[in-house]
Amino acid sequence: MKHLDEYRDPETARRYADAVAEIVTRPWTIMEICGGQTHSIVRHGIDRMLPDGVTLLHGPGCPVCVTPPGMIDAAIAIASRPEVIFCSFGDMLRVPGNDRSLLAAKARGADVRMVYSPVDAVKIAQDNPGREVVFFAIGFETTAPATAMAVLQAQGMGVGNFSLLVSHVLVPPAMEALLSDPANGVQGFLAAGHVCTITGYKDYEPIARCHRIPIVVTGFEPVDLLQGLYMVIRQLEDGRCEVENQYSRSVRPEGNPEARDAVGRVFGVQAQDWRGMGRIEASGLGLSERFAAFDALHRFPMITPGAERASECISGEVLRGARKPSDCPAFAKGCTPEHPLGATMVSSEGACAAYYRYRRPALAATV
Amino acid sequence: MCLAVPGELLEVAGDDPLTREGRVAFAGVVRRVNLAYVPEARAGDYVLVHAGFAIAVIDEAEALRTLALLDEIGLEGGQ
Ligand code: SF4
Repeated sequence: MKHLDEYRDPETARRYADAVAEIVTRPWTIMEICGGQTHSIVRHGIDRMLPDGVTLLHGPGCPVCVTPPGMIDAAIAIASRPEVIFCSFGDMLRVPGNDRSLLAAKARGADVRMVYSPVDAVKIAQDNPGREVVFFAIGFETTAPATAMAVLQAQGMGVGNFSLLVSHVLVPPAMEALLSDPANGVQGFLAAGHVCTITGYKDYEPIARCHRIPIVVTGFEPVDLLQGLYMVIRQLEDGRCEVENQYSRSVRPEGNPEARDAVGRVFGVQAQDWRGMGRIEASGLGLSERFAAFDALHRFPMITPGAERASECISGEVLRGARKPSDCPAFAKGCTPEHPLGATMVSSEGACAAYYRYRRPALAATV
Repeated sequence: MCLAVPGELLEVAGDDPLTREGRVAFAGVVRRVNLAYVPEARAGDYVLVHAGFAIAVIDEAEALRTLALLDEIGLEGGQ
């Protein structure tokens, strides 16, 4: 497929890895924000193509993984009501809340349905006028425009039996939160290309300046990732800290104005709880006053998301890049994709799942 | 979760800004995709699709430039 295959060519990837090796003079630690990038890096062994001393940390960019367990408990409580059809992206179904997952609720009789797009849930609401259809709206800036359009369509077509359980999160405040932890070792960022396709990258400029850290907006294929890493390391070696754009075939400096406009109309910025990272100011989206009628937590006032309970899972540290999945005592023992203890083992973009899938034989060999 | 896939826009249908749709060919499958966020998209363009929405028209010139960058680096390395 055009615009895909040329960025997967192993020979081009290898030449980039060589180019990186040529310019590195010191150890550097770089974080990729996005779980999709983590998956691609581990799957294609990008981290192993890099010279010794260049370390990749995996960031918090998996929306499924950072959705707070209390919010999943609330989703299950709503989904378990007989009048409700509960719609969710497939990735979310197996993620455990404090007690169980949406899939377990479905097994107990809840009408839980997987949708590919939020607007599919609006269609289900139209087709089922006697039921309450609730969509679990999770995701980063990439996904928020799709959710916003579902709300605008439902409003425009007068679909009254549709609402959202919103747990949308924003990337730049999470980067700020990571950097404000003095123990963080991050010296450069690969920013998430699809998030920036929507938002552009002006918001990243103050972060690069204030924290003196290079940020390169980067795509997802092996050649993209290695080119992004080359650009970050070039900056580090030159002592620069700028925002650069590797993924310019999709990302414009201003992002996608139509999508940003729709998100701005439907949502407002608010404080948000992140699984394993706690509450971060101005890091989430909630329905704005005008669209409050579409808020499932208003429609089902008896349900309130609770707090996160302590568990043996260290996914909070994994999501902050403080520890690797293989550092977790439960990894591949008490915790597997079939019996996950934490969200980072469930989601295909979670770092624990990526390590389990692509690194387990190698890890076992070193024990 | 932020997975977005490039595909070729085969045809565009409708002119309501909220529901303008197109048929997009990916490797092996053709899907209906909402085009509300890419008003500039025309048949023959490659679009990047996420959760049923086209979120960008792929810039062919920038794609070529990205691929050419390696050769520039190669030249630098040889100097
Ligand atoms: S391996 Fe399992 S228990 Fe350990 S951090 Fe990952 S998800 Fe949590």
